[in-house]
Amino acid sequence: MIELLEYQFFVNALWAALFTSITCGIIGTYIVSNRIVFLSGGITHSSFGGIGVAYYLGINPIWGAAVFSVLSALGIEFFSKKGQLRHDSVIGIWWSFGMAIGIIFIYLTPGYAPNLMTYLFGSILTVSQGDLLFMGLLSLVIVAFFFFFYRIILYISFDESYAHVFGIPVSLMKSLLISLVALTIVVNIKVVGIILLISLLTVPQSIANQFTRVFSRMILYSVGISLVGVISGLLFSYSQDVPSGASIIFALILLFGLTKTVFYLRGKLRPKN
Amino acid sequence: MSDKILELQSVDAGYNGKAVIRDANMEIYGQDFIGMIGPNGGGKTTLLKVILGVLKPFRGKVIYYNVYDDQRVKRIGYLPQFSVIDQKFPISAQEVVMSGLMPHHGLTRRYTREDRKKARQMLEKMGVSHLKNKVIGELSGGQMQRVFLARAVIGSPRLLILDEPNTFVDNKFEGELYEHLRELNKEMAIILVTHDIGTISPYVKTIACVNQQVHYHHSNVITEQQLSAYNCPIQLITHGDIPHTVLRKHQ
Repeated sequence: MIELLEYQFFVNALWAALFTSITCGIIGTYIVSNRIVFLSGGITHSSFGGIGVAYYLGINPIWGAAVFSVLSALGIEFFSKKGQLRHDSVIGIWWSFGMAIGIIFIYLTPGYAPNLMTYLFGSILTVSQGDLLFMGLLSLVIVAFFFFFYRIILYISFDESYAHVFGIPVSLMKSLLISLVALTIVVNIKVVGIILLISLLTVPQSIANQFTRVFSRMILYSVGISLVGVISGLLFSYSQDVPSGASIIFALILLFGLTKTVFYLRGKLRPKN
Repeated sequence: MSDKILELQSVDAGYNGKAVIRDANMEIYGQDFIGMIGPNGGGKTTLLKVILGVLKPFRGKVIYYNVYDDQRVKRIGYLPQFSVIDQKFPISAQEVVMSGLMPHHGLTRRYTREDRKKARQMLEKMGVSHLKNKVIGELSGGQMQRVFLARAVIGSPRLLILDEPNTFVDNKFEGELYEHLRELNKEMAIILVTHDIGTISPYVKTIACVNQQVHYHHSNVITEQQLSAYNCPIQLITHGDIPHTVLRKHQ
């Protein structure tokens, strides 16, 4: 195993694992607590539109994905408010619309059709130094944001109207948070891909939630659990020569199944008094 | 009177350009305990929003007296209408109580040991200190309302506003709640919105009927005739001659 560390791509993958765990651990806890998993799925998939357009224009796909996902995050909120549409219907429309745009533009691009599989299913081993820079920066921003605004984030999530009554800039904070959700999604597409990403934002939190019901601890545990999951998935992928994205998700869900079973059995065996 | 807290002067307020409340005038003093009644859709919640400063009136003025303290914090406590909260949301009862201090803390300041102590004292006062580390969603309706009442008063407000605090709670808590309020009323003015004026009548000092307009009734005893004169079509639940006739006729 040690010889793996001599490969630059593997060292990069380990850094990516760390940044993925930090960003997804924190943002995922926000997503799960606020029950915006479906919204996050919509943002993830619609970012594919940005990847397609960026390909067509010949710019870095991550920029396209970033613009698309932030705009769709803010757009979904805007349209469901102003258009008087059902929130989840807007998400559903946006979800598939982004995918459609992406596919159309990628096929319109002349010459070699890029490997779609990388974006749909990810590959942590192909993460570049440039990607790592983005991931590291975003990790810093998110950690700082949650450190300084922890209480406010908690209160807005728990009881938005109460926070509003006491002069907390609720909609500004929510827009900033949903933008951070969008950016987290973008930087992690390379790691597990669009289709598998939502589990990085929900599985570690669901495992953590079995151990604690405190928001701050849920964040810390999720980061740790996701680090364990991503690295074991990475090693499994290396040893069995299977795609890394899928192995990471598999490892996380296995961990979820194990902890759930242990908690279930413990509850059963505990004497009732 | 020097202890005036709040004054509404010919306030029109509503949503999307449509006034729900017209020409509302009201004065609130430090020792007031006002029972606010009125039909659904009559504008009770709108009026509360105006008083809380969340809704800007179309016309007229809302003047606060000594409601803001030195740190420019608005000293109004608020117990919102019972709303369904997320049973699974990861927040403890103590954290909920401390969130009542949010106007005192700005956006980034963290809580001090003092704040935690204060929150524990509040929970103690409400008789639920043993629940401080419980997740709020695991509490019963009555326990939850006690926690929310603690949140409303932790900032030592000068005015406490309660929006139908007696919905979905057990009778035991309802009685307790009114005793708490009677105690709190020594330190702060209280506005209590309710649909059941019969039960609270012995506790409140005055009654405000809200139905587009605000009619202020300087007594805690009100009759059907007076209500209809105030254009306040709510059903009075008289409790018969026994055990108590709170809705007796005016002389």
